Amino acid sequence: MSADAATELRIVGFLCNWCSYGGADTAGVGRFQQPTDLRVIRVPCSGRIDPLFIMKSLINGADGVLVSGCHPRDCHYSEGNFYARRRLEALKNFLPILGIDERRFSYTWVSASEGQKWQTVVSKFTEEIHELGHAPQINAERLAQAKAAMAAM
Amino acid sequence: MKIGVFVCHCGSNIAGTVDVATVAKEARKMPDVAFASDTMYACSEPGQDGIIEAIKEHKLDGVVVASCTPRMHEPTFRRTVERAGLNKYMFEMANIREHVSWIGKDTEANTAKAIDLVSMAAAKLVHNKGLTPKSFSVNKRVMVVGGGVAGIQAALDCADGGLEVVLVEKTPSIGGKMSKLDKTFPTVDCSSCILGPKMVDIAQHPNITLYTNAEIAEIQGYVGNFDITVNKKASYVDWEACTGCGLCTEKCPSKKSRDVFNEEIGTTTAINIPFPQAIPKKATIDAEFCRKLTNGKCGVCEKICPTKAIRFEQQDEPVSESVGAIVVATGYDLFDHTRYGEYGGGRYADVITSMQYERLLSASGPTGGHVKRPSDGKEPKNVVFIQCVGSRDKSVGRPYCSGFCCMYTAKQAILTKDHMPESQSYVFYMDIRAPGKMYDEFTRRAMEEYGTKYIRGRVSMIYPMGDKYIVRGADTLMGTQVEVEADMVVLAVGAEASKGAPQLAEKLRISYDSYGFYMESHPKLKPVETNTAGVYLAGCCQGPKDIPTSVGQGSASAAKVLALFSKDQLESDPQISEVDIKRCIGCGKCIETCPFGAIEEIDFRGMPKANVIETICQGCGICTSTCPQGAIQLQHFTDNQILAEVNVLCQQTLQQSFE
Ligand SMILES: Cc1cc2nc3c(=O)[nH]c(=O)nc-3n(C[C@H](O)[C@H](O)[C@H](O)COP(=O)(O)OP(=O)(O)OC[C@H]3O[C@@H](n4cnc5c(N)ncnc54)[C@H](O)[C@@H]3O)c2cc1C
Ligand code: SF4
Ligand code: SF4
Repeated sequence: MSADAATELRIVGFLCNWCSYGGADTAGVGRFQQPTDLRVIRVPCSGRIDPLFIMKSLINGADGVLVSGCHPRDCHYSEGNFYARRRLEALKNFLPILGIDERRFSYTWVSASEGQKWQTVVSKFTEEIHELGHAPQINAERLAQAKAAMAAM
Repeated sequence: MKIGVFVCHCGSNIAGTVDVATVAKEARKMPDVAFASDTMYACSEPGQDGIIEAIKEHKLDGVVVASCTPRMHEPTFRRTVERAGLNKYMFEMANIREHVSWIGKDTEANTAKAIDLVSMAAAKLVHNKGLTPKSFSVNKRVMVVGGGVAGIQAALDCADGGLEVVLVEKTPSIGGKMSKLDKTFPTVDCSSCILGPKMVDIAQHPNITLYTNAEIAEIQGYVGNFDITVNKKASYVDWEACTGCGLCTEKCPSKKSRDVFNEEIGTTTAINIPFPQAIPKKATIDAEFCRKLTNGKCGVCEKICPTKAIRFEQQDEPVSESVGAIVVATGYDLFDHTRYGEYGGGRYADVITSMQYERLLSASGPTGGHVKRPSDGKEPKNVVFIQCVGSRDKSVGRPYCSGFCCMYTAKQAILTKDHMPESQSYVFYMDIRAPGKMYDEFTRRAMEEYGTKYIRGRVSMIYPMGDKYIVRGADTLMGTQVEVEADMVVLAVGAEASKGAPQLAEKLRISYDSYGFYMESHPKLKPVETNTAGVYLAGCCQGPKDIPTSVGQGSASAAKVLALFSKDQLESDPQISEVDIKRCIGCGKCIETCPFGAIEEIDFRGMPKANVIETICQGCGICTSTCPQGAIQLQHFTDNQILAEVNVLCQQTLQQSFE
């Protein structure tokens, strides 16, 4: 059912509805070609993104996770992206402790008008994940470790 | 649960690069999916009828449509599902057009991706709950921000429709740019003769409250119930008492004050009425130039004023207004031509902007409508116009077309000939863009009837030669260099977003593009709506446009407001947060983080608990990611729903990695 595993990796995108999801739509309307690896999960605001979602994705085998929201000060909900930035920054520092390469996670700001920027962001991130290749296998022991660490979060 | 999946071809938009039949076939294998098919146009009438039939026939509990972006058709399909008797939130969309078929050419990869997106939507849908909107009452008053022609039109249409209107304008008078224009293309009729009566209507309309010299300080609330604080700036004159007689301006000794209305061609007095037709016709003191306010000496106006209206001690005053909708019509600003050093703008006295020229042409302007060179007051013979100054030029960060400069340059060339039959006008242009009704004919008249010489090419420099200027540029049609001797040069400066536009956007919670122009909800189908319910756009704040289009948008936004207010009750979006009282430990973290103050602490059997105020919650979900207990959940985007999507996406990869 999945695409050819040899060529495609599993990248999860969490996008806020107002800016970045709109930006991804704008990229589509502009027919800006992009690699197909990324699948988007739409959330109302980047402030809705619980670091747990990203952890779960990575532990469950995602090769990369990309979060994108409105530019700081341009949030539909005033300040959701400031909360997001704080949480995601903390998560970034936390990933190596769990034995996850922090390069597999990235966050950016793309507005609804920036279709071209979205194309660049996706292409670049996908390329970086391809350089890293498949996420290392997760064995039961590491899974337990990660779960314990998550519970402590 | 029984889920139905409908995969849309969208003609060849999707079916061209996604194997829709295979997507439907794979969907049938997904857990809980009881029915799946592909359909030509899901959003069309037969498409929607097909969905309704399938829901009834297969007794479906929820529907996934795989088609375009939910930002386009989610409301459409929610209504469809509702018509079939389901709760409209038992619906999910998979975006396989904007996010798949339009951005990838490889059918195999696209099809696999589309299948994934459908399985994510189905997995989320399993956890969906039917939600019911609540209704709340609407405050049927509207605020219009910006009193240019677009805002004036919106305010009048709303007021004529029976609504109470509050118009807020930041300068001392309404009228905007149009009030400064002499004549208007393509009819060359007098600008103030058509705008003036509308301005008077604003002042006299019983339904309109006008605040000029005022700005928005704060906006709270939501569609139907906005609470706005307007800051009335100090004018140092009691406008209740001022009759606009103008005695003070005659006697004010500070005669070298900035004349904003006349684009600083000439000067005015520190206390002034901006122009004779100003609405309201009241005096305002420019604090920067007033001798009394700067060094305590003077006070002549206070002595002379027959109604004792002068108030040197006046302070800014906040006023509160409650409205149900907001029309934004804050217009545009003009490009700062001094950024083109090679044109000498700001250094050469007779190189002026198009708006300054407009004031020179105007009978109510500083020269009484006689075209005179600022340097020596002589009438120019050769006038050179340069188009696209701050438009269509990446090097100054203005790659877009300002839309109206080609037309107003033609108008100014025609008027120049009318004013001075002996004169000769030259226009340096890049392309002529004249797409409106009677527009192309108009620019041709400038060339053919009025003998304006059009030269296609950019000007590389302007330099003074005696009391004249040499304008050097390329003639790209002839392939030669040209030099034109000018007595006066007029720069057709382009439009840019109004100063402070991003700051106002943040207060309104609307988006703006990289240049600061406000973004409409949909570039084609929702040109005056924004993504914030109850906030509408009119005129140049959305992008440069001429007067007819600005007026059209003003009326359109008024129609939107009237339609919104045609109901007494609005339905609230039920996609808001909900507290599980058993899980909540009353820590108050959500209360602290909610940007809207939508969560209160309540007492529940002697224990503090969080409670969401339904009408205030905007549904961002910041609280949900904050709560350490997972006790407050954003409906329709709960942890379980989002994690269900994560799980289908990653589980198979996980399984693979164990193999
Ligand atoms: C030289 C020149 C000549 C032109 N000639 C023609 C012509 O002949 N025919 C034609 O069709 N078009 C012409 N135009 C275009 C015309 O000026 C615009 O189409 C029109 O003015 C747009 O109206 P508006 O109400 O959107 O904006 P504006 O006229 O800019 O009005 C906006 C108003 O909002 C106010 N405002 C701004 N920010 C705030 C805020 N934060 N709070 C409160 N108030 C605020 C401003 O003070 C202003 O009063 C010309 C333009 C120029 C530059
Ligand atoms: S979702 Fe939560 S944080 Fe957002 S507005 Fe509602 S209560 Fe406040
Ligand atoms: S953050 Fe969670 S536990 Fe704390 S008060 Fe809010 S809902 Fe209750």
